[in-house]
Amino acid sequence: MDSIVNKFKRSTSTWGDHNMLVNFDVTKEFSLPSFDIPPCHNPIEFLKHNTDEKSNAECRIKFKHGTTTLAFKFQGGIIVSVDSRATAGSVIVTQNIRKIIEINPYLLGTMAGGAADCTFWERELGRRCRLYELRNKERISVSAASKLLGNIVYSFKGMGLSMGTMVVGWDKTGPNIYYVDADGTRLKGDLFSVGSGSPFAYGVLDSAYDFDMSAHDAAELGRRAVYHAAHRDAASGGNIHVYHVKQSGWENLGFRDFDDLHWEYQDQPKPSIIGDVQPMMLNIQD
Amino acid sequence: MDYNGGTVLAMAGKNCVVVGSDKRLGVQNLTVSTEFQKVFPVTEKCYIALPGLATDVQTLSELFRLKCNMYKLREEREIEPLTLANMISSTLYGRRFGPYFCEPIIAGLDKNNKPHIYGMDLIGCLNYPDDFTVAGCAEAALFGMCESLWEPDLEPDELFETASQALLSAADRNSLVGWGAVIHTM
Repeated sequence: MDSIVNKFKRSTSTWGDHNMLVNFDVTKEFSLPSFDIPPCHNPIEFLKHNTDEKSNAECRIKFKHGTTTLAFKFQGGIIVSVDSRATAGSVIVTQNIRKIIEINPYLLGTMAGGAADCTFWERELGRRCRLYELRNKERISVSAASKLLGNIVYSFKGMGLSMGTMVVGWDKTGPNIYYVDADGTRLKGDLFSVGSGSPFAYGVLDSAYDFDMSAHDAAELGRRAVYHAAHRDAASGGNIHVYHVKQSGWENLGFRDFDDLHWEYQDQPKPSIIGDVQPMMLNIQD
Repeated sequence: MDYNGGTVLAMAGKNCVVVGSDKRLGVQNLTVSTEFQKVFPVTEKCYIALPGLATDVQTLSELFRLKCNMYKLREEREIEPLTLANMISSTLYGRRFGPYFCEPIIAGLDKNNKPHIYGMDLIGCLNYPDDFTVAGCAEAALFGMCESLWEPDLEPDELFETASQALLSAADRNSLVGWGAVIHTM
C-alpha cells in the first residue's frame, strides 16, 4: 500500500521555488500558444480556400464581421470610440459586445473583424505586456506592444485570421495610435477608423476634426462619428462606447444607446462642421 | 431577398386583419433610405405587401395598381382579396423562367368583412393561411415571433399590438431590417 502511495506522493521541497526556477523554460513560456492545424498537405492553402471570402465565396467558414471603431489624437490625448453590435451575416448576434479591450491601465485595443481572433490575441498581448513589464521594470511602449501583436498575426498570415485593430495608449513618447491588421500591416498615425462603417466615420471626423479641441468636444466628435456610421451601416449599432487616453492612463467615459442618441441628435440643430460655405455662383461666373 | 433588405407580415384576427412592413431600404449593409414604402393600398379594405428586390417592388406595385384600376373600370366594383391574390399569382407565374424577386403578401376583408390573408413565393405559389403569414429578409425570425405571440380571435387593437411587437422584435435581430415600421389595420 505504502509503495503505491509513495508513487503519487511528492515532498513539498521538490516543488519549492528553486525547482520552479530551474524548470522554468523561457523559450517555452514566451513562445506562441500552439494550435492544431488542418492535417493536410498544404494547410495555408486549405485554410485560404475555406476562410477567405475573396478567393472562394461558397464553402467558407463564416465569421462575425461588421464594426465601426475609431481613434484620434488631439491636444488632450486620444479619443477612442466604438459601436457594440456583433453580426453573423445579417443576423444580429448581440447589441452588447465590448469592442474596446483594456490591455492594461495605459493601453487599449480596439476590435474589428473576427470577434474571437481579436479577444484572444489582445488578451495574449496583455499577458506579454505584463511579462515585459516584470522583466524590464518599466511599461512597454505602444510601439513595442503593437509590434508584438503585429508579429503574432504575421506568423499566422494566410491562415484566415481576421482582425483590424488599433493599439492605443500613452507611453514615454506621449500618446500613440498604431493600426495593426491580420495581413501584418502596422501603421503609426494620428487618426484611424476601422471596420465596415469606417468610411462614414472618416467623413464626419475629417470635416469636424481640430487638434486643439477640448476633451469634451473631442469625445463628442468621436461619439458623433460612430453615431453617423451606425446610422448608415447596417452592421454597426447598439451602444457607443467612448474612452479618453490621458497621461495618467485611460478613462472610460461610458456608453450611450444608439437609439437614444438618434432622438437626441434629431432634436438638436446640426453642428456647423463645414464652416463658412462660399456661394457657388462665384465659380460659375468665372 | 437579402440585397435590399426589408420584411413584411400579415395577421388575421376576429373580423380584422393587419398588414405591416419595416421602412428600411438598403444596398446590402448601406442604408439608403429609412422611408421606403413596401405596403400598397388596393382598396379601402385590401393591401398588398411587397418585400424583396426594390426595383421589382416598385415595378410590381405600379403593375398591380394598373391591373386593379382596369378591373374596377370593367367590373364596376372593387376587387376581392381572393381575386386579387389569384391575379398576382398568375402575374408572377407569367415570369416563371425569369421571376420578379418579390414574395407578395395580400391582406384584406371581403364584401362580408371576413378576413383574408394570402402569401406566395416569387413565382406565385399561393398559400391560404388562417393565422398569419410573413415574408422577406427576416422571415425566419418573424415566423418564430408570430408562432409565439399570435392567438385566435384577437380584436383589432390587440392584433395591432401583436403584429407590432412581432415585427419590431424580428427587426431587432436582423441588421437589414428596421428603421421604423408601418402597420395597417382593417
